[in-house]
Amino acid sequence: MAKVTIDGVMIEVPDGTTILQAARMIGERNKADRHVVPPAMCYYTSLKTSGGYCRTCIVKVTKGSDKDPRPMPKPVASCRTAVMDGMEVANTTDPGLVDARNGVVEMLLINHPLDCPICDQAGECHLQDLSYENGKEASRYEFERRTFDPIDIGDTIKLHMTRCILCYRCVKVGEQLTDGRVHGVINRGDVAEISTYIQNAIENDFSGNMIDVCPVGALTDRTFRFASRVWFTKPVNAHRNCGNPRCNGHVVLWLKGNEVLRVTGRKDMWGEVESFICNTCRFDKKDLAAWTVEGPRQIDRHSVINQGHYNLERKQALLTSPAPNVPELAKRKELKDR
Amino acid sequence: MGRKLLFEHIDKPGIRGLEGYRANGGYRSVEKALKTLSPEAVLEEVKKSGLRGRGGAGFPTGMKWSFLAKPEGVPRYLVVNADESEPGTFKDRYLMERIPHILIEGMITSSFALGAKVSYIYIRGEYFYVARIMEQAIAEARAAGWLGKNILGSGFDHDIHVQVGAGAYICGEETALLESLEGKRGNPRIKPPFPAVKGLYDCPTVVNNVETIAAVVPIVNDGGEEYAKIGIGKSTGTKLISAGGNIKRPGVYEIDLGVTCDEFINSDEYCGGVDGRAFKAVVPGGSSVPIVPYELFLKTPAGENRLMTYESLSEGGFAQGTMMGSGGFYAYNDAQCIVRSTWNHTRFYHHESCGQCSPCREGTGWMEKVLHRLEHGEGRTEDIDLLWDIQRKIEGNTICPLGDAAAWPVASAIRHFRDEFEYHVTHREKVKDPKHFAREPFRKSAKFATA
Amino acid sequence: MSARTRPITTTEGTKPFSFSEAGLAECKALMARYPEGRSKSALIPILHVAQAENDGWLSVNAMDAVAQVMGLRHIEVYEVASFYSMFNLHPVGTYVLDVCRTTPCMLRGSDDLITHLEKKLGIHAGETTKDGMFTLKGVECLGSCGTAPMLQCGAQFHEDLTIEKADALIDQLRARNSRTNYTDR
Repeated sequence: MAKVTIDGVMIEVPDGTTILQAARMIGERNKADRHVVPPAMCYYTSLKTSGGYCRTCIVKVTKGSDKDPRPMPKPVASCRTAVMDGMEVANTTDPGLVDARNGVVEMLLINHPLDCPICDQAGECHLQDLSYENGKEASRYEFERRTFDPIDIGDTIKLHMTRCILCYRCVKVGEQLTDGRVHGVINRGDVAEISTYIQNAIENDFSGNMIDVCPVGALTDRTFRFASRVWFTKPVNAHRNCGNPRCNGHVVLWLKGNEVLRVTGRKDMWGEVESFICNTCRFDKKDLAAWTVEGPRQIDRHSVINQGHYNLERKQALLTSPAPNVPELAKRKELKDR
Repeated sequence: MGRKLLFEHIDKPGIRGLEGYRANGGYRSVEKALKTLSPEAVLEEVKKSGLRGRGGAGFPTGMKWSFLAKPEGVPRYLVVNADESEPGTFKDRYLMERIPHILIEGMITSSFALGAKVSYIYIRGEYFYVARIMEQAIAEARAAGWLGKNILGSGFDHDIHVQVGAGAYICGEETALLESLEGKRGNPRIKPPFPAVKGLYDCPTVVNNVETIAAVVPIVNDGGEEYAKIGIGKSTGTKLISAGGNIKRPGVYEIDLGVTCDEFINSDEYCGGVDGRAFKAVVPGGSSVPIVPYELFLKTPAGENRLMTYESLSEGGFAQGTMMGSGGFYAYNDAQCIVRSTWNHTRFYHHESCGQCSPCREGTGWMEKVLHRLEHGEGRTEDIDLLWDIQRKIEGNTICPLGDAAAWPVASAIRHFRDEFEYHVTHREKVKDPKHFAREPFRKSAKFATA
Repeated sequence: MSARTRPITTTEGTKPFSFSEAGLAECKALMARYPEGRSKSALIPILHVAQAENDGWLSVNAMDAVAQVMGLRHIEVYEVASFYSMFNLHPVGTYVLDVCRTTPCMLRGSDDLITHLEKKLGIHAGETTKDGMFTLKGVECLGSCGTAPMLQCGAQFHEDLTIEKADALIDQLRARNSRTNYTDR
């Protein structure tokens, strides 16, 4: 066991636990301590080798361990760094670190279209929350943003590469959950993109989980496309006897009246799916009669939109120049594509 | 005139072939190591030599080797980093092209010390013709029994393979190199685990630069102590410096660590001074190290002569020093524009960013765009502070050192040449001519005159 | 700033591809070099072979043939091919002129060299002449800083270039009119 202190809050965790997991254990122990938990955009507990890429979860290790108390020279990715006995970590208590994370958020946003008004992810988007909690009021980026055309990767999934932050989660889903990955990351640097390269459909029983793990609106459910804003739907827990041995059929149904608009996996308080579900449950069972409803789903309404934070008065405009591709996207008759 | 350890015989006829190499004392270190020394004894000599990694980081080689994990029944690998891509650096190409057997000899001796039965040379794809030279030399060595089973009857087996890359600076980072060698995209791995524990094919691996491994040959031949007699302090032995830019005599020079910077840049034995104008700035260790004004290259902030050693070059810290890096040395004359050069540097890092982590992926392109705007007469005063802040947000926050390497040239250029950046804002029309300073050199204002 | 050139991601309008006998033998030899189960290590060397046998670029057909020979998923090949700058993902000319433009070359006049070649060939860096003879590429540091400015064509480095030397090289290549590849011996 190792004792670790994050922002002054101490916890004892098994050896090998990462700083991020230790912080989440603190948050689970006492909701009031949730401020010690670093944001994570690419790490996903159930996906092996995930994490380390987005750099939003960086923390400052102010004391390495009891044995070697020297601080670590650079911020470290808390999702990929194991705790040591006696380690002390600053998450929100170090101004330098807060500033560094602020920089990471700004970088993630410079090429993001900010097309939230027409994005299905709005309201449950981790990038919205991240930028609200850790970002600045305005971007200093004034150049044309990188754009990609949205493409269908099969009947059920739409890829908006423009919104992608290259977290690699969907690639890990393809690798670890499906029986053959057909998509990946092509090109390099800031033109790297999630792609199948050739026109290709991602057809697999578990491919729909890519939508659930996507932290932004890059991968969305075509069967739910523009059907409703998520905050106008009523989520209920439900299950069915799913024949697929790898799917337990425990889902969330997002209802409008008695109409099932969308089916997703059940997410924990950190936004991660508790157990992955199959595509039959997700896409084909849109009839309420197919499900046993357990009751209303408790949603942790910390999301920016859910709390109406966007009504806050701002000192300056969100952008120094408007994102060029919002009207552009509309122009491309996106909306016709329902 | 310093001692030549690697280049002693480089001009001898036939040195590129096995026969010529052998006639000049080649493969003696293999004989000595395999017949008279234990692997531990070879490691001990390397430790005693004080040899530091010649690829850029300058990490003590003996210490790196001693970190190598040795679990039972798991193969260990030596991988030679010949991905030489750091702008300004061409010493490894020169060495491999002219005297390929010294690398092979060093690899056999080093592999004996490390217990590696197979080693790889990862050569950047653009050096395809060098890879052919190495392959041919390996074939010669194999035919003569220097490679293969039971070398010199010692019971030690070893073989070497040449692997070519395909154009990616990032593959010079050791874990990206290993990924590439495994047939994947050159994305650096997240550390720990380090290659010494989990490297190539998840096995313990040492990755060393070409020059580092070649230096093992004289170290084993003459003994580590003898090697350590050359140099000053923790900078021991000789170092290959690739010299380019606006100097009279570009080329690769083997210097004793400890030569003064003045001698190196101005004497006819090395760079031979400036090519007809006046020196303005120096990048002594490859594009990633801080650029310094010429005067600050010659003298430390304390006013002493600066020396070509790891320590002396970095004296004054980041604010007033620079680094030895890979020894990719290039000098600027007063026709050159620092803003243009910084834009060029940044375009390079933008082009070479692997795209894995966000600060580097997004930040390098952003800096390039701002620098492009400044250099082309469309900049604003705020751009300079913006650049400063972007590089600060990249440095230290990325998976691998490419982020730092992209940030440092920008930071140092602004630190030392801020007035030149300001000039680009105040003289927008003038700088639209790409040769603006060739026609009329930039003069420092009193405010920025170097002390 | 270099514009993004989209790779050609369709087989439409491209030639079918299969390895020559010699090429296939080389692939097998390359794959045998690595430890058991690690033949994927041969991917980059084999892509070089495929590119040389496919008029200097990697079409989807060529990459699919590589995947087939190596027993890899197609996406694994596309991912790697699109990462490395020496792999061309659209057709190129008989000669690809890789002109180094990084700082040490810039200090010794590479900007002028590129401008001159653009004018002489009537194309911008990144483009191919109409007759399909030359592709001009501005590339990053080729490790020839002491002999700058320089360009690479196939396996060969052409160093210490002047405008005159570059002109002579272009004329010479045009007269020879036979493809060069990085893998040329």
